[in-house]
Amino acid sequence: MYYPAIAVTLYLFWLVLSGHFSGFFLLLGAISSLLVLFCLRRMDRVDRSPGFVPPAPGLFAYGAWLLWSVVRSNIDVARRIWDPSLPIDPQWRPLKVALTKPFGRALYANSITLTPGTLTTDVHPGHFNIHCLSEAAMEELEEGEMERRIRRLGR
Amino acid sequence: MTPLVVELVSDLFFIAGGFLCVTGGVGLLRFPDFFTRIHASGVTETLAAPLLLGGVMCRTGWSLDTAKLLLVIIFLLATNPTAAHAMARAALQGGLKPWLGAAGEEGNGEQGNGEQGNGEQGRRDAGEGEGSSSLR
Amino acid sequence: MLLAAVLAILVTMVLALIRALLGPTAYDRMLASNLFGTKTVLLIAVGGHALDWPSFVDVALLYAMINFVGTLAVMRFFQAQPQPQPQAPAAEHPPGEEHP
Repeated sequence: MYYPAIAVTLYLFWLVLSGHFSGFFLLLGAISSLLVLFCLRRMDRVDRSPGFVPPAPGLFAYGAWLLWSVVRSNIDVARRIWDPSLPIDPQWRPLKVALTKPFGRALYANSITLTPGTLTTDVHPGHFNIHCLSEAAMEELEEGEMERRIRRLGR
Repeated sequence: MTPLVVELVSDLFFIAGGFLCVTGGVGLLRFPDFFTRIHASGVTETLAAPLLLGGVMCRTGWSLDTAKLLLVIIFLLATNPTAAHAMARAALQGGLKPWLGAAGEEGNGEQGNGEQGNGEQGRRDAGEGEGSSSLR
Repeated sequence: MLLAAVLAILVTMVLALIRALLGPTAYDRMLASNLFGTKTVLLIAVGGHALDWPSFVDVALLYAMINFVGTLAVMRFFQAQPQPQPQAPAAEHPPGEEHP
């Protein structure tokens, strides 16, 4: 399941990038996809990759919610930048994280960093170190809605 | 040509994206220390880039370019947190400590005065920020 | 509006260049150069469409990838570099030989 899924993804990527659908180019795409797959197999002997993450409906719903929260925090940070008095109050402290699975933790840390105003500086087993622009952003994270949504994905 | 409505939507995207772009640049100049500047650069990279590329997407119409632009957006959104995290981690390991505002000055001010001499710079820039507030 | 977007991107690039020149730390310069790279991707995409370049998106996609890998590579370089030690200059004058 792992290698075929990656092969299909690679071939689709080739099709999008090339844009030519004649036989010769389709053949070239198949050859280069197989070549990459061969390299990947050899590399997996040394470093087993965490696996293919199949796209699930829950992930798309989470992506939409994340986009909305990114828009909100962008507006907040933009307001702080243009305010003449520069109302920022940087905080840097640990945030308790109960997620244990690698994918969920990576998704959480990346989501925090993607949202302007909050930034993951360190990842530790029980907590992340968060740098954020204002007390309000930190309180929103500690309230934990993002973590609840990731836990609901079951990852 | 593209319909009028689509063109209007794309104009809207361009205006919003361009404004956020400049906002991030201004934030990069105004914010007092490195870690706060990462937040400013996040504004231009997370919302301005998709908005501007979305504006171009509206105008190219349905073609392979639309899919490629979508790939660019996904790639930028996927790599931006990684790059930001890598820079923050490298700065922390390099001995740079975040400037924690006027309240954190007593507790962490001495730590911030590390090898990079950033504590001093952060304080000077913060002083400028306070100066502009008193002007207002 | 294409012109306005291109102008906004160019202004941002100038601001990023100013931050890269001011510093004060190497990390600030790297952050500014990363931002400059992202703005280059946007400039290629928007300007390429405005000027009707063929296959401008491929260039933008490639530039986005190079920018990301470049940032990571420079950050690895910073991490691998040993920190400057205060007693490093003293090593030029070993105390055992010149100051008995």
